[in-house]
Amino acid sequence: MRDVDVLVVGAGPAGLAVAARLAVAGVGHVEVLDRELRAGGVPRHCAHGGFGTWLNPLTGPAYARLLTTAAARAGAVVRTGVTALDWAGPLSLTTVGPDGPETLRARAIVLATGARERPRAARLVPGTRPAGVLTTGELQQAVHLHGQRIGSRAVVVGAEDVSYAAADTVTASGADVVAMVTELPYSQTTPVRAQAARLRHRVPLLTDTTVVELLGHGRLSGVRVRHSAGRTAVLPCDTVVFTGDFVPDHELARRGGIDLDPGTRGPAVDGALRTSRTGVFAAGSVLHAVESAATAAEEGTHTARAVREWLTGTTWPTGVPLTVAPPLRWIAPNRVTPADHHPYVLRTTTLLNRPLLRVTQDGRVLHRQRTWTAVPNRTLRLAAGWASAVDPEGGPVEVTAGHP
Amino acid sequence: MTVTASGLLPRTVYDVAIVGAGVVGCAIARRLARHADLRIALIEAQDDVGQGTSKANTAILHTGFDAIPGSLEARLVREGARQLALYAAESGIPVEPVGALLVAWDEAQLAVLPSLAEKAERNAYPDARELGTTELYAREPHLGPGALGALHIPGESIICPWTTTLAYATQAVRHGVDLHLNSRVEKASREDGVHRLGTTRGPLRARRLVNAAGLHADTLDRQLGHDDFTVTPRRGQLLVFDKFARALVRHILLPVPTALGKGVLVAPTVYGNVLLGPTAEDLHDKHDTGSTADALAGLREQGRRILPELLDEEVTAVYAGLRAATEHEDYRIVAHPEQATVTVGGIRSTGLTASLAIADHVTALLADTGLELTPPRDLTPIHMPNLGEAFPRPCQRPELIAEDPEYGTLVCHCERVSRGEIRDALTSTIPPHTVDGLRRRTRARSGRCQGFHCGAAVRALFEGVRG
Ligand SMILES: Cc1cc2nc3c(=O)[nH]c(=O)nc-3n(C[C@H](O)[C@H](O)[C@H](O)COP(=O)(O)OP(=O)(O)OC[C@H]3O[C@@H](n4cnc5c(N)ncnc54)[C@H](O)[C@@H]3O)c2cc1C
Ligand SMILES: Cc1cc2nc3c(=O)[nH]c(=O)nc-3n(C[C@H](O)[C@H](O)[C@H](O)COP(=O)(O)OP(=O)(O)OC[C@H]3O[C@@H](n4cnc5c(N)ncnc54)[C@H](O)[C@@H]3O)c2cc1C
Repeated sequence: MRDVDVLVVGAGPAGLAVAARLAVAGVGHVEVLDRELRAGGVPRHCAHGGFGTWLNPLTGPAYARLLTTAAARAGAVVRTGVTALDWAGPLSLTTVGPDGPETLRARAIVLATGARERPRAARLVPGTRPAGVLTTGELQQAVHLHGQRIGSRAVVVGAEDVSYAAADTVTASGADVVAMVTELPYSQTTPVRAQAARLRHRVPLLTDTTVVELLGHGRLSGVRVRHSAGRTAVLPCDTVVFTGDFVPDHELARRGGIDLDPGTRGPAVDGALRTSRTGVFAAGSVLHAVESAATAAEEGTHTARAVREWLTGTTWPTGVPLTVAPPLRWIAPNRVTPADHHPYVLRTTTLLNRPLLRVTQDGRVLHRQRTWTAVPNRTLRLAAGWASAVDPEGGPVEVTAGHP
Repeated sequence: MTVTASGLLPRTVYDVAIVGAGVVGCAIARRLARHADLRIALIEAQDDVGQGTSKANTAILHTGFDAIPGSLEARLVREGARQLALYAAESGIPVEPVGALLVAWDEAQLAVLPSLAEKAERNAYPDARELGTTELYAREPHLGPGALGALHIPGESIICPWTTTLAYATQAVRHGVDLHLNSRVEKASREDGVHRLGTTRGPLRARRLVNAAGLHADTLDRQLGHDDFTVTPRRGQLLVFDKFARALVRHILLPVPTALGKGVLVAPTVYGNVLLGPTAEDLHDKHDTGSTADALAGLREQGRRILPELLDEEVTAVYAGLRAATEHEDYRIVAHPEQATVTVGGIRSTGLTASLAIADHVTALLADTGLELTPPRDLTPIHMPNLGEAFPRPCQRPELIAEDPEYGTLVCHCERVSRGEIRDALTSTIPPHTVDGLRRRTRARSGRCQGFHCGAAVRALFEGVRG
């Protein structure tokens, strides 16, 4: 057993940011583990721009390198090729890497294990089991990290930001995008991006449409789609990319018996990103699959302060549950203590035109806020600042979206 | 050691040609390899062994408690189960003796249990025992409400079907059997006492022929001039749930067969998943291994009653297997001495369990056709890579990693497959020809992310070795 002060699991934007901030603040031995051979998390394979800051725009890989270097320069130990397997005690983890197994004990642990897209099987898409069925994560790694060919005609399932990134990757690999397909009646990216795909790249978007069957033995030969009005058609293709439908990589949290939020399926945390397990924090996509890399990194920086406070001996408040009512899908953080001051991210299941968000506890209105149009699969934000009015002994706090 | 996948087949006249490298054909090849002087060819249409029904079943090592007493199947399942349990222990094939519970959900099913126990006795399986609800729920606390009782069959086990087939084939090849892949037998004739098989890789000649072509055994049999049976593929669709579901179930939960139908089972797998299925649909198309929306919805509905919490877990795979059902209740294993052939047909839903006993039986029948068998030798034991969760995986073995750090470098994180295991599979006696073949040998990319994290890296390793 080896002791460290803070152990961070996952060297993506969230994990690297928390490690850098803690190391800069002089918190003893900060160690970050990542099971991949390179640190950086998902941005490693997002070869496009849109990362970094307004003043310093970067591609995903450049951003991953920047964060990795920053954490290492600050004095954090970043170890790659090392997997956190399981818990060996309340604040210790078993790990394995090329140097063999090791148990690490820490005074605080930060789970920053990220998220993944749900693959075809999890979505219960019927049909055969041919080659050529991908997720965006696999597609991006195949094309951008390994220079692999992926096929020549691809259907992209989804029409949110990540789906357009997938379509761009298909094009970059030299293949054609046959169509993008979404069950919703509209695209869920920015109008500019949706229009560019349609007009400049001539990618048809099939709305109100579901992929109902995969066809082909050996290699994919097509996908059968069904329009909500009942028509079906076969789109011939040799590749299909299932995009979005993110779920947190919550396995380590779950193995440790840490409470999950029923909405996000990630660890339930309060505004300081404390989980139900004393001394264990969580940040990034594992809390809300997924927000931008910038949000994940910002959360890492934010929770660093709570980690430091915990190391100096504060108590571990439990907070009250923070829930959402339909058509809202989830909110994160999803527990609240009166000291919380971190803004919230939410998702809706249906389009809401400039909804009024209301925060209540035991019938008492704590906050009202009019927001921008809420679109499924896109970020919806709720400001902080009302938590001080929460009764820590009271019932759950609920967020509703409605019209005035 | 000869494994070929392209080019013309050798001009050798083999002593025995076995058509079909499923679990049955591979078991027969391995059994015949005990006779050192025989020249044996194992001929397979697809690019890997075990690509037919043998890769898509429910992976249960049956006791045969519910077979038709006195049938050939009953005997071969009983004997085969015993042999395979021993072989698995010797060869490192993962087996977990979890036992089965036939759960009765209504009075009619409850009423059937005593007769099933009695049938088990007649099948020389004396350990079946009825359980009341208290013991049933103590054994399976996550079982849905409303069960009325169960029959406990402690001898039923779960096994890795893929490793079993590969172990037989590997051991056969290491003892001199020639394995020819990508060779579909399209024609069969016989001249001067020699079979001439027309395959997609040219002709192959052999003095004796074993037809172990599974779903296509009837087609080959007809080419040999027989009209013994017709295979009607009976599709079984299955859902595989993520490893978190494993904690929900301890036994194989079997349905109680009644006049109204057979129901579905919930069974743990040796990889630490949980299976739900199979359906039973009679089809005409012997290639229709697709899944359907209706069947998946139906399975989920039935699963919800058996193990409600199962439905909250992620599905990591959906697959379908085709049982080689015929118009006969029993196996159709027939020798045609005048033609020097043995047909192994109708190995419907117990062929994995019975495989080693089928191999012995077929060998005896071949002897009856005049095949001279020298005294059998003992085969050099084989040690298969462990894919089971009940036994230490390479990443859990410090001594192994100390020797070779590649076993500590994980590539597939969901299934914890190391680079060392992938390398070993790619350089093994029967290496995979596709990424999917690599998956079956190592489990790489068969977990919950289905390649989101590791798919490209696994493919890179595959292509790196294969060029
Ligand atoms: C396909 C895809 C495309 C995206 N495109 C964009 C985009 O264009 N712009 C944008 O802003 N955002 C994008 N995002 C979102 C962005 O990637 C995430 O917000 C960000 O990466 C989250 O950072 P993170 O640190 O929480 O998780 P991740 O970046 O996912 O990092 C988690 C890390 O934890 C490691 N890990 C997990 N479990 C273990 C364990 N048990 N042991 C050791 N290590 C472990 C993983 O290997 C991984 O490196 C995209 C996301 C995806 C999935
Ligand atoms: C849903 C389901 C669940 C089952 N569950 C169990 C279980 O729990 N326990 C159990 O013991 N059994 C089970 N079984 C049964 C078991 O899987 C089969 O009995 C067994 O796999 C049959 O093996 P085989 O070698 O005869 O057939 P196959 O595996 O189908 O092998 C036949 C091979 O012959 C090849 N072939 C066919 N035609 C030609 C040709 N012309 N030329 C060359 N090659 C050819 C095929 O490609 C194939 O590889 C189940 C079956 C199904 C479908």
